[in-house]
Amino acid sequence: MTASTPDTTRRKGDTTLGHIVYVLRDNPVTMLAFAMLAFFLGCAFFGPALVPYDPLATNAARALEAPSWDHWFGTDNVGRDVFSRVIVATRLDLTISVAAVALSFVIGSTLGSIAGYWGGWLDAVLNRCLDTIMAFPLFVLAMGVVAALGNTVENIIYATAIINIPFYARLVRAEVNIRRHSGFAQAAKLAGNSDLRVLAVHIFPNSLPPMMVQVSLNLGWAILNAAGLSFIGLGVAPPTPEWGIMVAEGANFIVSGEWWLAVFPGLWLMLAVFTFNLLGDGLRDIVDPRKRT
Amino acid sequence: MLSIKDLSVAFKTRKGEVNAVRGISLDVAKGKTLGIVGESGSGKSVTSYALMRILDAGGEIRTGDVVYGGTDLRAASEKDMRDIRGREISMIFQNPRAALNPIRRVGHQVEDVLIRHAQATRQDAKAKAIAALEAVKINDAAARYDAYPFELSGGMCQRIVIAIALACKPQLLIADEPTTGLDITTQKAVMDLVGDLARERGMGMILITHDLGLASQYCDRIVVMKDGLIVEEGDPQKLFTDPQHAYTRKLVDATPRVGASIRNLLPPEARSAEPAHIVHDRPLLEVRDLLKTYPGKSGPVQAVKSVSFQIKSGQSLGLVGESGSGKSTTSEMVVRLQDPTSGNILFDGQDIAATPSARFMRHPMRGEIQMVFQDATDSLNPRGTAASAIAEPLARIARMRGSKLNTRVAELAELVGLPQPLLSRFPHQLSGGQKARVGIARAIALEPKLLILDEPTAALDVSIQAIVLNLLVDLRAQMGMSYLFVSHDLNVVRLLCDEVLVMKQGEIVDRGPTAAVMDNPSHAYTRSLIEAAPQPPNPVAA
Repeated sequence: MTASTPDTTRRKGDTTLGHIVYVLRDNPVTMLAFAMLAFFLGCAFFGPALVPYDPLATNAARALEAPSWDHWFGTDNVGRDVFSRVIVATRLDLTISVAAVALSFVIGSTLGSIAGYWGGWLDAVLNRCLDTIMAFPLFVLAMGVVAALGNTVENIIYATAIINIPFYARLVRAEVNIRRHSGFAQAAKLAGNSDLRVLAVHIFPNSLPPMMVQVSLNLGWAILNAAGLSFIGLGVAPPTPEWGIMVAEGANFIVSGEWWLAVFPGLWLMLAVFTFNLLGDGLRDIVDPRKRT
Repeated sequence: MLSIKDLSVAFKTRKGEVNAVRGISLDVAKGKTLGIVGESGSGKSVTSYALMRILDAGGEIRTGDVVYGGTDLRAASEKDMRDIRGREISMIFQNPRAALNPIRRVGHQVEDVLIRHAQATRQDAKAKAIAALEAVKINDAAARYDAYPFELSGGMCQRIVIAIALACKPQLLIADEPTTGLDITTQKAVMDLVGDLARERGMGMILITHDLGLASQYCDRIVVMKDGLIVEEGDPQKLFTDPQHAYTRKLVDATPRVGASIRNLLPPEARSAEPAHIVHDRPLLEVRDLLKTYPGKSGPVQAVKSVSFQIKSGQSLGLVGESGSGKSTTSEMVVRLQDPTSGNILFDGQDIAATPSARFMRHPMRGEIQMVFQDATDSLNPRGTAASAIAEPLARIARMRGSKLNTRVAELAELVGLPQPLLSRFPHQLSGGQKARVGIARAIALEPKLLILDEPTAALDVSIQAIVLNLLVDLRAQMGMSYLFVSHDLNVVRLLCDEVLVMKQGEIVDRGPTAAVMDNPSHAYTRSLIEAAPQPPNPVAA
C-alpha cells in the first residue's frame, strides 16, 4: 500500500558496471569480501611468480625454523618456505573449488530446471536419484569416488561436483516450479517461444539470486572438501603445495612446538572460506534486477 | 471515540525519507462508519497502521495525536497497546488467506484471541469460538471449527478473519480493503455482514478502500486521501453529486457506473468523441462444444462444460463470471495455452484446437491471437526491460531484428502512451499503469485479429483503469481488433463490450447483447451479479 512511484530520472545504476559499484558501496561487508576475493585471485594468478622461494626447493640446513624476516611463515621439516607454499597453493585450491562448483552448478541447474518445469515422472526419477546421492555421508562418497577413480586433481573436482549436484538441482527445481505457470512464462509462450526457450531464457535466470548465495557458500565448502580429501591422503599428492596436505603434514609437528607448519595454511584456508561465505549477499544483489533502483 | 489530529508518518528508505502521511486529522464517532478512500500510495493504510502502532520497520510517527477513548495511543506502552489491539480496536486485512495461519485449525485461531484477551478460559474457549463463528453466519460452525484455511473458500476465510477480529467485541473495527480479491457476490455478503454486526454492537468502523462506489454504500462519512493528505471530507451522497476537490471529481468520474459512457470516466478535458468500431458479419472465432476436464482427487472435474460461442470480426465479447466459473480456463484454451478435452476452436475457419498447445508457437496463427494478462506485474519477466518485453513477439514470430525492431518497439510504446525513456526500465521501476501499457503493447505488437483481455484492469487504481479502458477502445477502433474481455466486473464489461456471456460453474447461463442482458437479465444468476455490484450514486453534473 505504500508503493511509491519510481521517479523518472535515469540513474547511474542503470548500467551493469554502475550497478556493481552501487552494490559494493552500499554494503561494506560486500566490499571487504570482494577485496579479499581480489587478493586471493591475485595470489592465484601472480603468486607463483612473486613468491620469494621455490615452493618445492628443500634446504636441510634451515629446516623447522620459526617465522622470521627471511621466512615469514617459517620453514617446514625439509626446509621449504611455508609462506611461498601457502601462496602458491592458492591457485590449485581455487581451481579445484571453482571448477567443482561450476560443474555442479551447470549439471544441477540443468537437471533441476527439467524436473521443475516438466514435472511428472521425470521429476520423480531425478529426485530419487538425487535422494540416493544425498543419502550417503557426502564426504565418504567423495572419498569413495576419488579412491575408485584415482588420486588426481580432476577426480577431486569430479567428486566434489557430484556431491554438490543435489543441492543445486533441488534449489533450481523449487525456483523453476513456482514460476512455470507465472504470467511472464505464459506471455513468452504467446510470443512464440518453445517450452525449452521459455525455461532457459525466461524462467531459469530468475532463479539466479538464491543460486548465487548457494554458489558462494559452496565455493568455501568445496575448498574445505578438497583440503579434507588431501588431509586424509586421498587428494593431491605431496610434495605439491596444497593447504590440506600442508595442514596434514604440519599436524605431526604441533606436539613438538612447531605450530607454524599447520597454522598458516590453516589460516589461509579459513580466510578463503570466510571470503566466499561473505561473498554470497553481494553476488545475489548483483544478479537481482530488483536491486536496481 | 477515536480522534486523530495532525498525524504525520515518515518512512526511512534507501532513497531518503518518504512522508507517507502528511498531517491529517479525522474523527470516528461511536457506531459510525468512516470510509478512507484513496488510490495506492495515498497513505490510507499507513494511517491505520500508525494508529494501531504496527508500522513497518523504518516507519515513524512524526507529529500528531491519536486519542482513543481518552487514551493517547502514541504515548501508550507496548504492553498497553497489546491489550488494546484486538480487544478495543481490531483490524481485518486485505488478503484473508494470508492473515490466517495455514497450518492451524481456524477454530483454534479464534480461541487464541479469546484466551489472549482473557475473554475465555481453556474450558469454555471452544464453545465461545463456535459462537463467534456463528456470529459471522458460518453454516455448521461446529464442523468448520476443525477446518484448515486451505479447505475454505476466500469468502469463508474472510468471515473467519472477521470472527477473529470481532471475537473480543472491540469498540472499533478497521477494515483494510476487506473485499479486494473476493467475488462480487461474496463482497456483498461480507460487507453486509460487517455492516450488520457493526450496527448490532454499536461498533465504530473505519473502512479503507480504493472503491468509491463501495465506500459510498457502506459509510456514513468519507474522507478522500491523496499523497498523504486529506483532500476532501464529507457525506457520501454529497461527495458524488457535488465533489469540491478536483481529485475527488476525478475519482468520481473514473468510477464505472450505470449511465456513463467509457469517455465519461476520463476527466472532462480529456474527453474526445468515442471512436466507433465496425462489427463485420463474418465470424472470426467460433467455439464449438468446448469441454475441459481435469483429473481431480474425487473423480474428474469438469471446468468447462461444452461451451459454444462466436465472436464476429471486430466485435467485443464480454465473458463474465466469478472465480471457478471456468472463464479463465475458456480464455486460456482459446489463446492456446491449454488444450481442450474435446471441442473445436475455429479461427478464420481453421480449427486451431487441432494443434496441441505445446506446438502452437510455430503455428502461423500464433501472432493472430494474443492476450493481455490479469496481473501486469506477474506477466513481465522481472529480469527484462520494458523494451525487451515488447520486442519479444516481434523478434520471435515476425523475425524482426536491429533498427527495424527498435523502431517498431518505439512506435508501439507511442501507441499505448508509454514515454520512450521508460522503455529501458525494469518492471519493478514502473508503476502499475505503466506495466499495464507494456503488457498491452506486447499483445498488440503483431497486430492480432483477436485480443483476449483477462481482467486487464483488475489490479489497477480506478483512475488508471479509466485510462487503460479508453486506450483499449481507441486501439480497437484503430486496428480493427476483436476482443474477448474476461471480467468479473459487470460495470466495466458494460462499457466495452457489444455482447456478453455469463458463465457459472463451467456453463454459459446467460448471453446476448450487453445492454439487453444488463438491463433485463433473464437468468437469476445474472440478476444476483448485477445486484451485488456496488452502485455509486450518479453524479449530477457529469
